[in-house]
Parts: sequence; C-alpha cells; structure tokens
Amino acid sequence: MTNTKPLLKIRDLQVDGISDETRSRIINKVSLDLYPGEVLGLIGESGAGKSTLGLAGMGFTRDGCEIVGGSIEFDGIDLVNSTVEKRRQLLGSRIAYVAQSAAASFNPSHKIINQHTEAPVFHRKFSRIDAETDAINLYRRLRLPQPEMIGFRYPHQLSGGQLQRAMTAMAMSCRPDLIIFDEPTTALDVTTQIEVLSAIRDIVEQFSTAAIYITHDLAVVAQMADRIKVLLRGDEVEENTTRAMLKSPRESYTKSLWAVRSFERKQKPPAKTGATPVISLKNVTAAYAMNDPVVCDVSFDIHAGRTVAVVGESGSGKSTTARCITGLLPPLTGSISFDGTALQPDYRQRSNEQLRQMQMIYQMADTALNPRKKIGEIIGRPVEFYLGLTGREKRRRVEELLAQIELEPTEFVDRYPAEISGGQKQRIGIARALAAEPKFIICDEVTSALDQLVAEGILRLLTDLQDKMQLSFMLITHDLSTVRAIADEVVVMKDGLVVESGPKNDMFKPPHHAYTDLLLSSVPNMDPDWLDNLLASRGVDNIGDAAIEKMNEN
Amino acid sequence: MGILSIILKRLGLGVLTLFLVSIIIFMAVNMLPGDFAQALLGQAATPEAVAAIRADLGLDRPIASRYFDWLIGAARGDFGTSFAQANFSAYVGENSSSNYGSVATQLAPRFANTVFLASVTAVIAIPISLIIGILAALYRYSVFDRVANVSTLTSISSPEFFVAYILILVLAVLNPLLPSLSNIFDGMSFGERLEKTLLPALTLTLVVTAHMMRMTRAAIINLLASPYIEMARLKGLSPFRVIVVHALPNALAPIINVVALNLAYLITGVVVVEVVFVYPGIGQLFVDSVKIRDIPVVQACCMVFASAYILLNLLADIMAILSNPRLRMPK
Amino acid sequence: MTWTSGFIWMVSIIAMSLFLRPIGRRVPIAPIQHACTGMSLGGAFGYSIAIAIIYLMCWLYFVKELIFFQWFVQGVIGLGIAGYLFRLAGQHFGTDGSRKMFRQMPVTAALGIIIIIGYAIMSIFADWLAPYGQAEIFAKVNVLPGGNPDLGGDPAHLLGTDQIGRDLLSRLIYGGQNTVGIAFITTCLAFLIGTFFGFLAAALGGWFDQALSRIVDMLMSIPQLIFALLLMTIASAWAGSEKWLLTIYMILIIAVLDATRVFRLSRAVGMNIVVMDFFEAAKLRGEKMPYLIFNEILPNAFAPLLAEFGLRFCFVFLTIASLSFLGVGIQPPLADWGTMVKDLAQFINFAVFSPLTAALPLMAASAIALLTVAVNFVVDWVLHRTSGLRE
Repeated sequence: MTNTKPLLKIRDLQVDGISDETRSRIINKVSLDLYPGEVLGLIGESGAGKSTLGLAGMGFTRDGCEIVGGSIEFDGIDLVNSTVEKRRQLLGSRIAYVAQSAAASFNPSHKIINQHTEAPVFHRKFSRIDAETDAINLYRRLRLPQPEMIGFRYPHQLSGGQLQRAMTAMAMSCRPDLIIFDEPTTALDVTTQIEVLSAIRDIVEQFSTAAIYITHDLAVVAQMADRIKVLLRGDEVEENTTRAMLKSPRESYTKSLWAVRSFERKQKPPAKTGATPVISLKNVTAAYAMNDPVVCDVSFDIHAGRTVAVVGESGSGKSTTARCITGLLPPLTGSISFDGTALQPDYRQRSNEQLRQMQMIYQMADTALNPRKKIGEIIGRPVEFYLGLTGREKRRRVEELLAQIELEPTEFVDRYPAEISGGQKQRIGIARALAAEPKFIICDEVTSALDQLVAEGILRLLTDLQDKMQLSFMLITHDLSTVRAIADEVVVMKDGLVVESGPKNDMFKPPHHAYTDLLLSSVPNMDPDWLDNLLASRGVDNIGDAAIEKMNEN
Repeated sequence: MGILSIILKRLGLGVLTLFLVSIIIFMAVNMLPGDFAQALLGQAATPEAVAAIRADLGLDRPIASRYFDWLIGAARGDFGTSFAQANFSAYVGENSSSNYGSVATQLAPRFANTVFLASVTAVIAIPISLIIGILAALYRYSVFDRVANVSTLTSISSPEFFVAYILILVLAVLNPLLPSLSNIFDGMSFGERLEKTLLPALTLTLVVTAHMMRMTRAAIINLLASPYIEMARLKGLSPFRVIVVHALPNALAPIINVVALNLAYLITGVVVVEVVFVYPGIGQLFVDSVKIRDIPVVQACCMVFASAYILLNLLADIMAILSNPRLRMPK
Repeated sequence: MTWTSGFIWMVSIIAMSLFLRPIGRRVPIAPIQHACTGMSLGGAFGYSIAIAIIYLMCWLYFVKELIFFQWFVQGVIGLGIAGYLFRLAGQHFGTDGSRKMFRQMPVTAALGIIIIIGYAIMSIFADWLAPYGQAEIFAKVNVLPGGNPDLGGDPAHLLGTDQIGRDLLSRLIYGGQNTVGIAFITTCLAFLIGTFFGFLAAALGGWFDQALSRIVDMLMSIPQLIFALLLMTIASAWAGSEKWLLTIYMILIIAVLDATRVFRLSRAVGMNIVVMDFFEAAKLRGEKMPYLIFNEILPNAFAPLLAEFGLRFCFVFLTIASLSFLGVGIQPPLADWGTMVKDLAQFINFAVFSPLTAALPLMAASAIALLTVAVNFVVDWVLHRTSGLRE
C-alpha cells in the first residue's frame, strides 16, 4: 500500500476561523496522507477541528473559515491554489461528502432520486437514465426497503436511517475516489446506527473507495477505519493503524480517552424485601394528547441509595415518565408515591417539602442555568427558598456546596454561566439540586452532551455523592456504557412500555427479551472485529429497523 | 391531515376574522356620544327635525338589527347612505333614499383608483425589491450590501409624506417631469392616468421596496445557511444551479409571504400618500370622512381596508402552505 | 437626457466592466491586484455602475451646482464625520467596557446615538433653546426664512413666521418637544401594557393565554393606522371642543393598539424562556408567579425588548406624525412636526425662486425622518450584536 502515491496529501494545514474581528486557529499544522482504497478515521472531541479538516480535504471551507497556510493535494491537483472552476469539477464527481444530518442535507423540495442523479448528469459521468438505474441498484445494495420505489419519494417521507443510507448512495453516484463521512451516525439511535454502519462499510469495500470517517465515537471508528488519527483542539495527537492504536495508545491524551470506557462501579445488593421504596410508580399511563398515550402502564420502584437506569431510544417515553414523577405532566391513571405516601399528580398541589425532596439535573447545562444570574445566586436560591438561610449563612452553605462538586468556591461564586465550561456548568446543575438537600434526584441524560472525559468525571462525582448522602437516582439515558458504569437496576423501555427490568448484572447476561438483546448487541465495542462477529452471529437482516419490524410482527 | 382541510380551515378562520372585525368596527362607531342627528343639525336641531332624520337614517332601531342590516348590505356592496350626502340631499329637498347619497356610489370609483395605484406600485416594486434583495443576500457584507442596507433603513424610517415631498421637489418642482397633483377623473386615457399616478406610486414604491428587499434578503440568507445548500455546493454544482434549482423552490414560500405582507402594508401607506397628492382614492375619502365624522363612509372604508388586509394575509398563508412539500405530499 | 446619451452610458459601463479586471491586475498596488484577481464579472459590473454613479453625483454637485443636492451631500458627509468622530472619542474615553463597545460599533450606530442624544437635549431644554413661545403671535406674518431683510426676511425670525405670525424656529423646537415627548410617553405606556400581559400569558399559558392571543389577533387584523383613524373619529366626538383631551385620547388609543404588537413579541420571547430548563427548575422548586416573571423571565428578555422599544418608538412616532399630518393628531396651539409639514407644504412650489422657503416643510419632515433613522441605526446594531452573541 505504501508503494503507491497517496490520493490525498495534506501538509502543515492551517485554518483560521473568523468571527467579527477575532481570529482563532481551528487547524494547526496538521498533515495527512490517504492512499487509494484506504479508510482513515478522524477522531476527537467537539472543537477538535475534525469537520473542518474533512472539508478542507475537499478544498472547501465554510463561511467564516480561511486556509492560511499549508498545502492540500488531491491526486496531484493543488486544491488550495487552483481556480474555483477546477475545484468544482472534482467535487461530487471525484470527492463526495456525506453529512451528519441527512434530514437537513436533502433538499426538501426535490425527490430523492432527482437529487441523486443531479451530480452524475451535471458532471457528465452518466446519462440520466443510467444514473437512475444505478441509483436503484445502489439502494438495493444498501438494503433500503423497496429499492425501486424509494427514490421517488420526498426526503421527509423517509426515516433518519433510510435517509443516511440514501445519502451514502448519493455520494457513490459518480463512483468517487474519496468520500468524506462527517459523523454520519451521530444523530441516529443505536439500533439504527448499526444498520447504517454495516451498509456504509459494505459499499466502501465493494467499490474500494478511499474514505475519511469523522466521528467522536471510538467504538464506531474501530469498526470502520484502517488507520486512526486523533485530534485535540486543532492539533494532531497521534496516528496509527486501528489495531495498534487500540492495543497500545502512545500519548497520554489518547490513553485517557481509552480509559473512560473502563469505569464501572460494582452493583449494590438489592434492597431488602418489604423496604419502602423512595419512589414507587404503579401502572402509570400518561399522554400529551387525548387517546395517544406516550407512556403506558409503567411500574417500577427506586430504593434508597440506589441508581435505577431507565434505558430506551428516542420516543420510548423515558423522559415523559420523568415528567410524570416531577408532576409536570399529571398521569391519566396510576399513582406515584414518595416514601410510601402518594404524591399529588400536579406539582402545583405538592407541598414545598415534597418538592424539595425531589430534584432534577438536566441534559443541556446551557439551558438549565439562568444565563443572567451568577453561580452564587443560582445555587443560593434553593438554599434560601427551602432552608431559609440568608446572608452569611447562605454564603457559607453555597461555598460548601461548591466544594462538594469539586469547584473552587471563591473562584466561581461571582461568575456567570457563560464564563464557565460545559462540564463545570453540569456540576453547577448538580450543586443546585444538592442545595435543596433532596433524597431523590432525576438525572436526565446528564452526560450525553459532554465529551467523554468530562462525562466520566460527572459520573464519578454522582456516585461519590450517592455514597456520602444516601441519594437515590433515576438515570435516564440511551447510552448503555453509562448504565454499565453506575446503575444498580435497569428498566428498559420501548414505545412507552417497560420491556424488561431487573438488576444490572442480570441485564448484561442472557437470556433476555428480544428488544433488550437487540439494544445490547447494537452498542459498538472497542474490538475492531466486533461488527464482523455480530453480522456473522445475527445476520444482516436481523439488525436495526428490520429486526424491530420482525419483532413487532411476532 | 390533508392539505385541503388545512386550507379550508384557514379560509374558515379568515371568514370568522372578517366577521369579528366587522363587529368591532360597527361597535366602535356606536360608541359615539350623543346622537348623530343632533350632531348633523347642530344649532338648528329641533326635536321634530332630529326625530325625522333618525327615522330617515334608521338610527332609532335596536343596535343588533342595525348591525345585521348593515352587514347584509355590506356583503352586497351596499354600505348605506352617507351622512354628509344625506344632509346635503335633505337640504336640496331630495329624497335621501335615492341612489344619490349612497356610500357605494361614492366608494366604487375611488376604490378602483386605489386599486390602480396599488397595482402600479406593485408592478414597479416587486421585481426591483426581489432582485436587489437576492443580490444583497448573494453578495452579503459587500459594499453593495452595506449601501443597500443603510439606504433601505433610511427609507423605511422616513414618514411617507417626507418621501413624497422629496419626490415632488425633485421630479415636479425642480424638474417638471411629472404632475404633483393627481387629479384623476373618468374618461382619462390609460396613459394620462398612469402619468398622474406615477408620482404617488413611486413614493409608495420607495417605502415598500425597502421593506420587501430587507425581508427578501433575510429570507434568502437564512436559506443559504441550510445544510442542503452546502450539500449542493459540495456536489460541485455551479453557483447559478445552486440558486435556481436548490434555493429558489424553497425560497418561494418566504418570498410570497414577503410580497403579500408588503401589499398589506401598502394599505396603510396609501392613506397618507393619497392625501399628499390629492389622489382621489379611498384613503383620501377615508380621511375626509373622519374629519367630518361621516360615519357610514368611515365604516365602509374601514371595512374595505380591513378586508383587503385580511385577504392578503390569508393569501400569504395559503400560498405558503401550498409551496411546502411536506404538506403537499404527506407521509 | 436623450436616448443616445443613455445608450452611450450603457456601452461605456459595459466596456468598463470588461476592462476593469485586466487593468486592475496591472496596477502596482497589492490590495487592488488581489481584489481584481478574485473578482467575478458580475462584481466588475457592479463596480462599474458604482463608478458611473459617483461620476454622475460629482457632476450634479460641481457642474450643475444643484443647491438641494449640495445640501443633501453636505448633510450626509457632515453626519458621517460626526458619527466617526463620536466613535473615535468613545474609543479613547470611558471604561474598558464602553471602549470595547465603541470599537465594534459601526459608524451608523455611533451617528444614531449622537442624534438621539441631540434630540433628547433639544426636547428637554426646548424652553431655553427656543427664542419665543410656541403660541406667541407676532405682527409680521409670512416672513421668509434666511434673516435677510432684502429678501423678505427678518433677523429676529431666522426661519421666518407663518400665516398668523408665529416664529417658525421656535415652533420647530417646541414641535420636537411635543412630538418626541408624546411618542415617548405613548411607547412607554404601550410597553407597560404589552409586556405585562405578554409575560403573564407566557407564564400562565392555558385559557388565559388563548383568550388574550385571540383578542390580540383580532385587533391586529385591522391595519393600525386605519384603526387609529377610526378610533380618533370617535375620540374627537367625545373630546368635543376640548382639544387637549383629544391628545390624551390619542396617546391612549395608540398605546393600546401598539401594545398588541408588544404583547406578541414579549409573549414569544417569554415562551422561549418558559420552555428552558432553568425555568422548569424554578417552577418545580415551587416559586410563585411574581418571582418567575421578575427573576427568571425579565432579565433574559431585556435585550430583545430594548431593541423592540426602539422599533416601536419609531412606529409610534411615525403614526403620531402621520395622524397630525392628516389633521387628527396633536392639536393646536401645541406645535408639532406633522402639522407643520401639512401647513407649510405649499411652500415647496417656491423651490426654484427661494430654495430656503421650499426647505421649510422638508425641515420639519426631515426632523421626523432623522430621529427614526437614528433609532433604527442603533436598533439594527443592537439586534446584530445580540443575534451574534447567541450563535
């Protein structure tokens, strides 16, 4: 492989971002070689510059970005200094792009197949009729349902996973030498992701297309790439073949990324039979609109000092269940009790004492904190409201709380939320919940908006606090590695129903319900052979949407 | 929900709005203190004369029946009898129920004139503002965009009469190219009519173009930022094709919306401009009637303005629904 | 201009756009070379038109010596310099924060700020600035402006007097006080009503929100100026001969009509805040409505509301001026700009013989325009800034 000439050659690339009058470096002297037929994984946290680098590989910069140094060569053609027309001839025909959000990247006004044939016809690669035949052929290879018909629909008539595969087919329409995949599965549910991943990998292999695969998910990139390059804030950290990288990362940053996945707390023994649960749901059914229940007949208990993880994909009703518990959405039927006493369904009818015992931590730390208030006020308000502390006592309590969440009190008390990082904001959200001195906290996807390293810190903090204060957690998540890390019990939800529930260790061992099985098996592992093994054991028709459809038929 | 039912629902809502607006207008006028017969006769009011006029104008009947009579009449284009004309005809000894003093006969020719003025304005303003708006969006943050931004902002901020007098000064007084008074009457040729209408139409154009251009620019910029435009560019398509095939079909809804909203805006602008140029349109009639408190005419004008406004907004909504593929082609 | 000269112009513009780029690339100045290399043909065409327009303007200014055009150009350049100097001053004096603000401010916004300050001073100190009272009547009527006795002027009345002998300069200054003052009061009133109900509707939701929103929809489906005129008809009947009462009615009518738009915006802004998690957290804490509105919604709604205040002020100001111009707004003896434009309008026909006289109605009209332009410049900048921060 190293004997041939590289297809894409980037040397010391520097890209600046310009907003208003300030410049900032997005890519700092990154070099890259990509050989024909090879797949390179670009990995990094948000702000690492991986999308910018991927687009630069096409000779394209977004508005507000500018290439200030270095060179980009595609098959011997200089992409930095060539004319606009010359670059345009390459785009679509020899280099193609697959965007993160297929739903937004398809033009809503045109049929899928018309968008598919546009590039080959425009670049005079195929006639319109040939391109259409080829499109149907590609749809079939990508295992889209009804390949002859699906192209004649509008984008909004397809599901997210289908659109992502249709976009991959569109990128293939001119048989390019290079495809840039920019986080193609990030927006998808875990069961759908697996289907798209296997389809992408198949088609790239079949046509031996070179590809750059951009993602923040290590386990995903392990399945897709031959080589991996790690980026951190515009700098290259290291590069190696996938297997070597997974086995022995060299740099400490890479090692820490790898280590995140290994955090796991031991499951606590189940609560004594007959103990009063802190929160108990009995046959709760709730709906936003009449006759359209989002949550159906849900029952589970949460005991003192335990963490119950409620797992499910988007639309499974897990967040709605939380809204029922907090009283924002009074359930139609069923009851919710706290420490053995039934709670009023509407939060407005609950006493302040009951409200105090139950707190919430939110997914988006940005919207969870009032941007016009200082940290001290945000944490101080519940202290004052529930405990009646004012003046110096309140201040002391706020400082205590800040110390508990491992932030330096004097440094943070007078800052505004906009002045601190995402992970710190999430910690402030935790402190605000703790300030009420509650028994029970609902954690709604608390780590999913955070980078992995920061997320791990938050999880460790939560478990420490739980041990110190005997807190009960309800952990809403779609991420099974989080479940594995800190849960004691697991409740699996699908379409508003509880599919299965039980202690964590039992859940990760077979046998279980078919949906749980699908969900668990769809979470990528760090093992590069994982996808092959999975496909071998389950078969291509038994993953993703197809599997769920089969399940619904039975 | 099918697209037809959405549109029918929207139409029904429009009719309901119109009905409620007619109640507001009728009620507002009936909040007037005292009696109109008294006001009309002034010093010379004797109880008999007042009673006679009240009976003549139907002011002695209960308010609900008067409202429905008025509404049914209005729906047929009959807005009742103008007080000013009634007074006059009573003075000359004619029967006020004759066609002479009816509001409709006063309104009809003036309505036609106003529609003519609005059409001339629209014909000039819409193409200009769309072209400038799209150019400003394409060359955003360029010198051209900045100049366009500052001058449209200035034009929006200026009162209509300021723009009107500047135009009179430049195009009628200093360079006598166009007449500064728009005395239009029956039997004028189209050319003459157009010449007299041009100056008020240009005034309205300046104001409306600024609004329309800014809204078009915002809509297009918003559109150009969407991922599917980036995708089209990444397919290597020419800029022209990106605009025509990918941006315009989606820009249709916002642009139609912009146009309809601004035509609705014209309605307000027309009042002041007609007064400045003494243009014999409905706006001028409205202001005159307001000054002499000729209630039936005020009511009728209000109703005409409000209906046009509601209809244009309705049109904007329906066109937006029609141009949305999500609604046209349900799942 | 004949058809041939128009044709020559067009040909030369097209020729210029063809040769602009090759010539520009040979000019030994780096920025011009760079710009010409990256320029498209359309861009060159645009620049050619711009050059032609600048040429035409110079010709009008220096060769034809059009007095009104000269005044206009001098005014624009003068204002531009004033704005630039003000921004320069702001960059060097004041706190770090204000200096940073001035550095990022466009000249238009700086200009807007000084004009607004100027108007505020003029309105507040009108009693000291105006040479005479607004209703004071002098023996000399129809004195021409300019103060030159040979041309029918009078040095005591710089801008002359009107048909019944009132000093026009004084009326112009007092007109500012009345028009701006009344518009400001009306806007404040509209905001008090609109934001109160808007936030309440956002925070309470349910039937209260539905009912209020439907009523507002209804009121907004009648064009505002038309509705105002209708209501003013009734108000004038109520007020009878008490002219000052009519002004009060006008303030109330416009405030209520404008409050509907403020309601819409504050409700929308409120809605955006109400769905935020921090608002939910406060609700679940058991906080009462006043705390929610004043501590959670209001601080976050401040920036968009401030911009809206500017826009609404312009709108109210223009509505009042238009009503006055139509003769049903601010009533005499109070001086106001709208009425002045109406009363002085016929002087515009003297433009050829006495430009200064013709400028009188335009002075009042441009006094209105200048303030609204200034406010809009500032609002434009504020909106740009806040939207930039949100991204």
